[in-house]
Amino acid sequence: MIKFQINGRDVSVDADPDTPLLWAIRDEVGLTGTKFGCGIGMCGACTVHVGGRATRSCITTLSDVAGTSVTTIEGLDEQSNHPVQEAWRNLRVPQCGYCQSGQIMQAAALLQDIPDPTDDDIDAVMTGNLCRCMTYPRIRQAVREAATAMTGAQDNG
Amino acid sequence: MLKKIFLGAVALGVIGALGFGVYAYKSPIDPISADQRDAFDPDVIEKGRILAAAGYCATCHTAADGPAYAGNYAMDTGFGTIYSTNLTPDMDSGIGSYSPAAFRRAMHEGVDREGRHLFPAFPYDHFTKMTDEDVDAIYAYIMTEVEPVKTVQKENELPFPLDQRFLQAGWKLLFADFGQYEPDPTHSAAWNRGAYLAEGLTHCGACHTPRNLLGAEKASQQYAGAEIDRWSAPALTAANASAVPWTAAEFKTYLIDGTTTYHGVAAGPMGPVVHEGVRELPQSDMDALAVYLADKVGATDDDPAQSKVVLASLQRNQPDPQYRRDLGERLYATACASCHYNAEQIRQGRPDLGINSATNLEQPNNLIHVMLDGVNGPEGIPGVVMPGFRGALNDDEITAIAAYLRSNRAGKPAWPNLADTVADIRVNGPTAH
Repeated sequence: MIKFQINGRDVSVDADPDTPLLWAIRDEVGLTGTKFGCGIGMCGACTVHVGGRATRSCITTLSDVAGTSVTTIEGLDEQSNHPVQEAWRNLRVPQCGYCQSGQIMQAAALLQDIPDPTDDDIDAVMTGNLCRCMTYPRIRQAVREAATAMTGAQDNG
Repeated sequence: MLKKIFLGAVALGVIGALGFGVYAYKSPIDPISADQRDAFDPDVIEKGRILAAAGYCATCHTAADGPAYAGNYAMDTGFGTIYSTNLTPDMDSGIGSYSPAAFRRAMHEGVDREGRHLFPAFPYDHFTKMTDEDVDAIYAYIMTEVEPVKTVQKENELPFPLDQRFLQAGWKLLFADFGQYEPDPTHSAAWNRGAYLAEGLTHCGACHTPRNLLGAEKASQQYAGAEIDRWSAPALTAANASAVPWTAAEFKTYLIDGTTTYHGVAAGPMGPVVHEGVRELPQSDMDALAVYLADKVGATDDDPAQSKVVLASLQRNQPDPQYRRDLGERLYATACASCHYNAEQIRQGRPDLGINSATNLEQPNNLIHVMLDGVNGPEGIPGVVMPGFRGALNDDEITAIAAYLRSNRAGKPAWPNLADTVADIRVNGPTAH
């Protein structure tokens, strides 16, 4: 029985400790916003936050996350109104949408560490999140817009 | 004395006006009815179909979505809009009442059956070079194969006095060079056939020769290139701007296929020239056009494939190898940089691997352990996980990333036996001592 928190809620999962975190999130906890992409940590579709840091859940094992706090797309903001999510909606970033929860989780983590990223910063951090629909230009624009919204909110606050 | 000069001037003016009147006056030619037309030889009709195609008659005599040859196609001439006329054999609104002689006069002299001067938007200044036989073949085709369509002719939108048809006679006097094509004995038979077609039927100069202020082709600048419908009709002379020089073979291919390996595609106004036009001509005529155009453009027989321009362009076309980066750098960008990239300063929780001890130690073991098996919750930063890539990356890939970090990021000499160490640690696992 492995215990951890997911979106602020305590969960305990009874599964093989080598089970990928992604399996536990989708099949045991039942949160399906996080997607399975490549299965080898190379595409970013399965990105969640562990301890507030973007983590590829397909290659992270259940035993790795014992005692940690995991956030998925469902828990990024209670109302789904995180500035990154708002920017994503405003700019209609997704096309097929499959990679987008991973993109959003990665972008939210990026802006925590680098609040005012240059395009080069965005490219460097977001390169590991692949999008088969080639929405990259809109992703980059949405990250900039979210950065502006977040830094503006801080300035005003 | 003054009176004499004045009277003389008046007399000259009157004589000139009378002379111009005589020149400008064209008598009507009697209409004929359909049953007065000769029966046409099927071979002549077929020849006429090919010639009508190669002269693109339908291109300008068919309105958008309108019936073929029924006219009312709008031509923006720069002087005003002219609507082409109905060329179908309809007796009232088309040319059904034209006798062969009336049709010949229209083609050769730019005068309609009723004796009115046609505007030079109709390239009679080219068709004048055609033989009677060829003009008659087009007549035979139109009268037998084109469906008669009754139309209401749109009024031209030309300002006064440009709309005065008798003044067109003055334009002809100034600019038109009437008369059928006369072979140039200094050139081959093929060249002369090509010239006959290009300067007459296919009227290449109508687009490729610049025009003067009154809209006439500048004879001294034949094929020097011009603007047509906001497209550029390139020069067909030595001034042709193609990077790879044209050859006769390239011209022939272009006029048949609408494209060549070395010269793009026939698009814009040139599209119908090829695709609805000259490609209908027999092979011998395509060869002749190619010989003629090659001479006009000053072509050589050089093989374009060996052209310096081609080879240089292919060289420039080679992708910059920088974008296919080293395997290790590429994998780092996708698998590692989302956490291990820093902007202006290192952020806690985003370890910079250039200064990390794992990449600076004499042995690569620590780095390999972490890459293969990660750093779980209780280790490292509490509550933060680095997943292991044991199941995701093979030995070659782990080795490539480690080598990249060692040389490019830490700037240290390569680790000897790196690949062997990766294989060993993978097999013997994190607990091996």
